[in-house]
Amino acid sequence: MIPAAFEYHRPSDIEAALGLLQTHGDEARVLAGGHSLIPMMKLRMAAIEHLIDLRDIAGLRDIRIDGTTIRIGAMVTQADLITHDGLARTAPILREAALQIADPQVRYMGTVGGNVANGDPGNDMPGLMQALDAVFTLAGPDGDRDVAARDFYESAYMTAREDDEILTGIRFDATAGGYAYEKQKRKIGDYATAAAAVLITREGGCVKSASVAMTNLADTPIWSRAAAEALLGSSCDADAIRAATTAALADIDPTEDNRGPVEFKRHVAGIIISRAIARAWSRA
Amino acid sequence: MPKTAIKLNVNGKAEDLLVEPRELLIYVLREKLNLTGPHVGCETSHCGACTVEIDGKSVKSCTMFAVQADGAEITTIEGLSTPDNLHVLQRMFREHHGLQCGYCTPGMIMRAHRLLQENPNPTEEDVRFGIAGNLCRCTGYQNIVKSILAAAAEINAAQEAAE
Amino acid sequence: MNDMTPDRDDRIANLKGMGCARKRVEDVRFTQGKGNYVDDIKLAGMLHGDFVRSPYAHARVKSINTDAALALPGVIAVLTAKDLEPLNLHWMPTLAGDKQMVLADGKVLFQGQEVAFVVAEDRYIAADAVELVEVEYEDLPVLTDPFAALQSDVVLREDLAGQDSGAHGPRRHHNHIFLWEEGDKDATEQVLDSAEVVAEEMIYYHRTHPCPLETCGAVASMDKVNGKLTLWGTFQAPHVVRTVASLLSGIEEHNIRVVSPDIGGGFGNKVGVYPGYICSIVASIVTGRPVKWVEDRMENLMATAFARDYWMQGKIAATKDGKITGLWCHVTADHGAFDACADPTKFPAGFFHICTGSYDIPVAYVGVDGVYTNKAPGGVAYRCSFRVTEAAYFIERMIEVLAIELGMDAAELRAKNFIRADQFPYTSALGWEYDSGDYHTAWTKALDAVDYAGLRREQADRVAAFKRGETRKLMGIGLTHFTEIVGAGPVKNCDILGMGMFDSCEIRIHPTGSAIARLGTISQGQGHATTFAQILATEIGIPADSITIEEGDTDTAPYGLGTYGSRSTPVAGAATAMAGRKIRAKAQMIAAYLLEVHDNDVEFDIDRFVVKGVPERFKTMKEIAYAAYNQAIPGIEPGLEAVSYYDPPNMTYPFGAYICVMELDVDTGEHEIRQFYALDDCGTRINPMVIEGQVHGGLTEALAIAMGQEIAYDEMGNCKTGTLMDFFLPTAWETPNYTTDHTETPSPHHPIGAKGVGESPNVGGVPAFSNAVHDAFRAFGLRHAHMPHDHWRIWKIANQLGLHG
Repeated sequence: MIPAAFEYHRPSDIEAALGLLQTHGDEARVLAGGHSLIPMMKLRMAAIEHLIDLRDIAGLRDIRIDGTTIRIGAMVTQADLITHDGLARTAPILREAALQIADPQVRYMGTVGGNVANGDPGNDMPGLMQALDAVFTLAGPDGDRDVAARDFYESAYMTAREDDEILTGIRFDATAGGYAYEKQKRKIGDYATAAAAVLITREGGCVKSASVAMTNLADTPIWSRAAAEALLGSSCDADAIRAATTAALADIDPTEDNRGPVEFKRHVAGIIISRAIARAWSRA
Repeated sequence: MPKTAIKLNVNGKAEDLLVEPRELLIYVLREKLNLTGPHVGCETSHCGACTVEIDGKSVKSCTMFAVQADGAEITTIEGLSTPDNLHVLQRMFREHHGLQCGYCTPGMIMRAHRLLQENPNPTEEDVRFGIAGNLCRCTGYQNIVKSILAAAAEINAAQEAAE
Repeated sequence: MNDMTPDRDDRIANLKGMGCARKRVEDVRFTQGKGNYVDDIKLAGMLHGDFVRSPYAHARVKSINTDAALALPGVIAVLTAKDLEPLNLHWMPTLAGDKQMVLADGKVLFQGQEVAFVVAEDRYIAADAVELVEVEYEDLPVLTDPFAALQSDVVLREDLAGQDSGAHGPRRHHNHIFLWEEGDKDATEQVLDSAEVVAEEMIYYHRTHPCPLETCGAVASMDKVNGKLTLWGTFQAPHVVRTVASLLSGIEEHNIRVVSPDIGGGFGNKVGVYPGYICSIVASIVTGRPVKWVEDRMENLMATAFARDYWMQGKIAATKDGKITGLWCHVTADHGAFDACADPTKFPAGFFHICTGSYDIPVAYVGVDGVYTNKAPGGVAYRCSFRVTEAAYFIERMIEVLAIELGMDAAELRAKNFIRADQFPYTSALGWEYDSGDYHTAWTKALDAVDYAGLRREQADRVAAFKRGETRKLMGIGLTHFTEIVGAGPVKNCDILGMGMFDSCEIRIHPTGSAIARLGTISQGQGHATTFAQILATEIGIPADSITIEEGDTDTAPYGLGTYGSRSTPVAGAATAMAGRKIRAKAQMIAAYLLEVHDNDVEFDIDRFVVKGVPERFKTMKEIAYAAYNQAIPGIEPGLEAVSYYDPPNMTYPFGAYICVMELDVDTGEHEIRQFYALDDCGTRINPMVIEGQVHGGLTEALAIAMGQEIAYDEMGNCKTGTLMDFFLPTAWETPNYTTDHTETPSPHHPIGAKGVGESPNVGGVPAFSNAVHDAFRAFGLRHAHMPHDHWRIWKIANQLGLHG
């Protein structure tokens, strides 16, 4: 498996990277960790003439926690998320999810930016970002703009990012309360058969806030408003979880693949969502 | 396609190379530097036979272009030890029959090496999770896990004795 | 007076002979990254070959335009069938008596089929040139189902048009390959007709792939100056490759040297001869330069050597109290586009007729229909001795189905029908002579080890708890008692392309008392360099550490049939022992001369010959070796060498008892292996450490096959499992720990009593895992469900049994 020839660029700042994107248009692609892109290039399923490596651009590897706002640079790796003490305190769901992505070697290289920007429905971070209501920062020729994660994904591999833009970072609020990232997969290194990210806060015995999102159950990540609403104010008992799960299942549209037929995926999605809610509630 | 000049430090030795951008690190190591310890197994970053250490990380060198590694410090299995002074992991893999055909072994040992750097006292579960990016078709892993745990115990015992 | 130290125990220990857990000599190199695999070979001026492959499963090739590829700088040649035709190499014979296209000749018959071979200065240019070869296809109707293929008007193999018989007898349809039958059909059907109980089931053993971590490859180097061809490659049978290469190319056999370097796992994948080997050779002959071809993983999974794909219709008859009275089986065997099964020539269904298993079944019948489809050719013995895995799975599933039919415990049903120890040697209804066994002892030991009765009580409690809604997890107890047939095989009925399936060993003792032994086999991880030296150490009294074992170079090693089908120890191991005994016989004469006694007055003792009754008068093997080279001994030639070609009188019949305890989540279909107990009886044990390693590895391959690994196609014949994302190889995380155990029933006909073990865990493991899945659902009415038991298929079982409410 040998990729087609390309020209390699390693700009040292974001302006230079954007300039290269403008010059080369859709012949250019940005390279982060490369663990989605390089296999596609080797299989010659992605034809790229100019590869723009972001690794030398300062600031993209930073994790910053300012009060309750968390900013994560696009080049922060899954391994960085797992080992960062500040994140473990402020948004522990990141670590829980990152540990379920691929394998150790891939987590050293795989980046948050690559994972969210690629638009692959199998990636875990996009679903997680729905749950967190994250905001993505896109740098473009006219400067930076923000796009809500919940508005970012259009269809498989199609996102709100324009061809001349680079996703430079994500931002979200520190989480409070309970959390869970539940994922069923066939083996380490596989994408999810079904996965769910759930965040819940409680007040007294009741759900004060909730966020429910899912991975690989449609051609985009799914955030289910209805599922969250079904939980709000409830005591997160079996009936509430059932109602939330039913609501979430109404929002998904899985397709058949080697992991199984649609009927199976819908069933498993229900189990995974219910388990994620129950576990998040138990931690709330 | 024009070639790019890169500098690598491989197993403690500075290497100046001219490479095509599309040359994968695994082939540069194997074919330009004659380091044939790391192997090609799956080519889609699942099997880990090509695992080397780059700047303190375990990396699947079949999923990295050599140009990406410009300026990096790389250790392959060949740089882990000398024939007269084998690394404890190499000795323990032999002692506990942690290999059969030997094809996954260089990648497996390099991954285990990094794992023990980061977690000197792993449980069996830690080891199994920590080497889950390396496939072995021969051993069923049981003796690999045993080898790595034995290596950790020996390293720790040696450190305690030194202290 | 000789020095009597060290004592006997130390002398035995010093040999590191049979029975000791000798550490492997191979590991010193492998752990340092100093293996030498085929892709490590780098020769001056070496070119790289790469294939253009068919994206279609069935299509007519209208045209191939190589102009653009040839115009690419660095491209040396592009070979197509037209180029190979004048050499008569556009087709090649298969091991199964069929022929196979080397490069597409007019049409393609499976996705991934080789269409053109590009030869270029490096692998990058070769890959680019592959993209530039323009092939015009016209797609044809695709047949992926063997039952449909036998009904279809679509002719897959137009080259066989009008041929109503093939290598194995009559063909009754244009997509039919053979019907192969064994046993007494009429008598079996009579028993079935009058039986008190008959259980019937269709058992499918799905298509899968050996998938060694190293793919297949070769480097061919034609030296036009001296007329010699050297071929390095991933060959499990290098000597046969040499013979085939000579017959196909016309180059005399002495001018061909085939070398199998270190092999990164074989598991049957590297037995066959593939188009890549032929094309590398032709390209080297044409260009006069060395040519390397190494397939990538996707090519490996799509094109070289699938395994299994057997649809086994079974009927088993018994009395009401569970005594089996007859077994009937009809197999529809999907062989893909060409019949390239790697079986001994006279056995188109391999040794499938070992399918009466461990049981004393009075009458049986087997019929196997081979069928062409638009899938990759192969049918190799994936960690298996020629369809034995299919046979073991079949009988061990049929036993379970019969147990359900009878309402009997499956462990009790097995014990009731085992061949008894006093019945060996035992001739089965399908004609095999089982050499030795003690199944009841092994079975009892296994059941006791896991507290079988306790497990059944726990399972009953679990079922009750499940029914009360207290748990969503079920517990399965998977039982297997398998009997293997390995060590092919007697030359009178076993051959590969006409070469009898003997094997060989040649020993040279050096003057200073160390030795080299060369064998006709080739290790792919089994540790031959370690274990064969142990056999010799015990046989000739020279320490294993002083014996080099060499295999795989046809210029130096004696001819042998190679390593697959667990044949190395039964056949080459026997040759090693026999050659060692020849050395010993000569050493005895030398010792007698040196000790000035009659030959019959000395006897062998560990590492020396001793004058009978006078233990202090002896000559060590080291002294004898030296004397062989420096003394003029009347009537004895100088030197100390021997060679043995061993033609086994019979197969060997290893057996084992496996028990798997599995937890199943009925909602997600996920499983957890709670316990796996594996008792193996492989006869005399040469190296317990290596045996344990083989068992761990074979069980893990069995786990993969039973629980998810498959080569699957869509209805267009597209392979859906071409990468390791979708082709299931378990990681350390999904793999359990295993408990190993053994009994030891030596083979009576083998010189050291050894039977072979490499494949047992795969043969016995698959039914153990699968039976555990089935057993978990037995209380809810499941009889049989097809493998692989991945999440969705287990979920489907639960769903169809109404367990999802």
